[in-house]
Amino acid sequence: MSTITLRSVTKRFGSFTAVEDVDLDVAAGEVVCLLGPSGCGKTTTLRMIAGLEVPSEGDVLVGGQRMNDWRPEARDIAMVFQFYALYPALTVGENLAFPLHVERLAPAERDGRVRQVADKLHLGHVLDRRPHEIAEGEKQRVAVARAIIRDPNCFLFDEPLSRLDVELRESMRHEIKEVLQGLSKATLIVTHDQLEALTMADRITIMREGVIEQIGTPHEVFTRPANAFVASFIGTPQMNLIDVAMERDHAGHAIFRYGTAALRLDLPPAAANLGKGQVTLGIRPRAFTLTDDVGDDVLVAQVELTEPMGAETLVHARTEMEGDVRVVVPRDRRVRGGETLGLRPDPLQTHVFKSSGEAAR
Amino acid sequence: MASGLTGGRGGNRGRPIDQSGWGRTAFAGFVSFLYFLPVLIIIITAFKEHTDALAVPVKLLPTTFFGLIPESYAFVPTLENFQNVFSRSFSAGAEAQDTGFARFFFNSIFIAGTSVLLALILGTVAAYGFSRYPLKGNDTYLFIILTTRMLPPIVVIIPVMLMFRITGLAGTYTGVILLYAAFNLPFTIWMMKSFFDELSPDVEDSARLDGSSEWSVFFRICLPQVLAGIAATAVFGLILTWNEFLFALLLTGVETRTVPVAMSQTIGGDIGVRWGLLAAIETLFLIPVILVTFFLQNQLLRGVTFGTVKR
Repeated sequence: MSTITLRSVTKRFGSFTAVEDVDLDVAAGEVVCLLGPSGCGKTTTLRMIAGLEVPSEGDVLVGGQRMNDWRPEARDIAMVFQFYALYPALTVGENLAFPLHVERLAPAERDGRVRQVADKLHLGHVLDRRPHEIAEGEKQRVAVARAIIRDPNCFLFDEPLSRLDVELRESMRHEIKEVLQGLSKATLIVTHDQLEALTMADRITIMREGVIEQIGTPHEVFTRPANAFVASFIGTPQMNLIDVAMERDHAGHAIFRYGTAALRLDLPPAAANLGKGQVTLGIRPRAFTLTDDVGDDVLVAQVELTEPMGAETLVHARTEMEGDVRVVVPRDRRVRGGETLGLRPDPLQTHVFKSSGEAAR
Repeated sequence: MASGLTGGRGGNRGRPIDQSGWGRTAFAGFVSFLYFLPVLIIIITAFKEHTDALAVPVKLLPTTFFGLIPESYAFVPTLENFQNVFSRSFSAGAEAQDTGFARFFFNSIFIAGTSVLLALILGTVAAYGFSRYPLKGNDTYLFIILTTRMLPPIVVIIPVMLMFRITGLAGTYTGVILLYAAFNLPFTIWMMKSFFDELSPDVEDSARLDGSSEWSVFFRICLPQVLAGIAATAVFGLILTWNEFLFALLLTGVETRTVPVAMSQTIGGDIGVRWGLLAAIETLFLIPVILVTFFLQNQLLRGVTFGTVKR
């Protein structure tokens, strides 16, 4: 079975801890994305699985086999590097055939396999060229083709699409997803692009400073972020995080005070067992309804800046709180600078984070 | 640099660089001519008889162009000097003798080729090690290696001579080849290291994941990528070794003498300095260098621009 398991894996470089106590399971046929800002340890994690780094603590298992002490060439893992790492001195065809040299195939069979993956990734016409003679998108496809030409224990992708332009990135996303679906291998993709993670992954692992913050399906990490970091990291435009003082009234509503104003909401069920205290309110820019009545469940804000995004418009508005509130309004709702908006948050889409940053659950 | 390319004047900035202008071409031609002039004089002199070589005013052209040019500026070309390089009579009326120059040319080629090859083999492997397997103190080792090139050769010549005497290496091919290889090694290591440093380690990691051993990573993945670097290093090493005079003078014997030494011993004689003969030797001496540079010019260009152009 093609699986990847990490058991309390830690990696230290000198006094710097790059990865701390990471547990992760990738099942056969599953695609897991490691998502996080640059320098969060996601690539180091990937390299430990590949055998290019040795974990300081913990176990790396591939296909159920502990591989900590195995050399990379013995692990039978296919990896696609960020800069593709094509062999510059070899032609595309030779690049594709390179991973097969271990199997010592007959030339005819080897050429057949090359032809097969080349067809799958539309590379037939560049087989005789060298990597520097082909387009960026083709390089990417060569890297993927070279990974799938053999039958490895698992697949690793390091920022596979970061070098492509937006249009190409979209089509490659589909292509990679399609290729992976037919292979039933454990696949780990490292990326800092949440869209890539949300669209390609069965599950997303969000890392920060070497620590896993949350593991969940794309739906879960978006709708139920485990903490304020995940909440702000996933979703565009970014979720509004507002520091407020929370109180309860006798009717079971929550009152969030900020500055001299207050916001009264039906208590999000998640926050039911939270008492009084300082919390962070998380509201996505799309979770507001514009309203003209100025009730106590409405946030009043003045428009400072609008950014048309095509189908919608992103509005930066100033409230009595520190910082701006980002609101997404439909394109046909004209918003002028200085205009006063009434914003009613949807209580069901309102997240409450404790002062530790953890989501109230 | 940038201002030089765009013409330097403010008004010119932003205009595309004109690379086809005749002024530019003429200037480049003029500079090239200045550089080539000494070589041209040598080649012309090689075809002159002794009296023509000494004539004032200088006889510049091998023909009068059907009388267009006064005869005092023209000479009749001869191949005599080239014959004399290999065999001539050493005193008036005596029979022509073998001068040994065929052997000296062979020595120069053999010694330069072998020592550069040896330095390349050792240096490339060492450079790869320095570049890819960082050990504590690597920088110190690299510096120590470089210090061997910091001393002027004249300073070490006596100890080296003593060592060669004692070990019996003086006058042997082995001795001079080892010495030149040792001479070229620091340069080779430093230069090759910079080429290896430029390579993406990802490519090697990728090869490892594709099942390659360390040897195969080096030979099949890294080496093909630094061929241009090897060529450039080889040419620099060859030129250095080819021209080396001091050590060759003191450490080669009659059998292993190289051309520069033999040439120096040709100066003088019964009729003063034989400029024509010397020029002929020099002309022949230039040919291998020109050939090597010519055949490797593409690699050489890639080699010297390696790392200076961001990919």
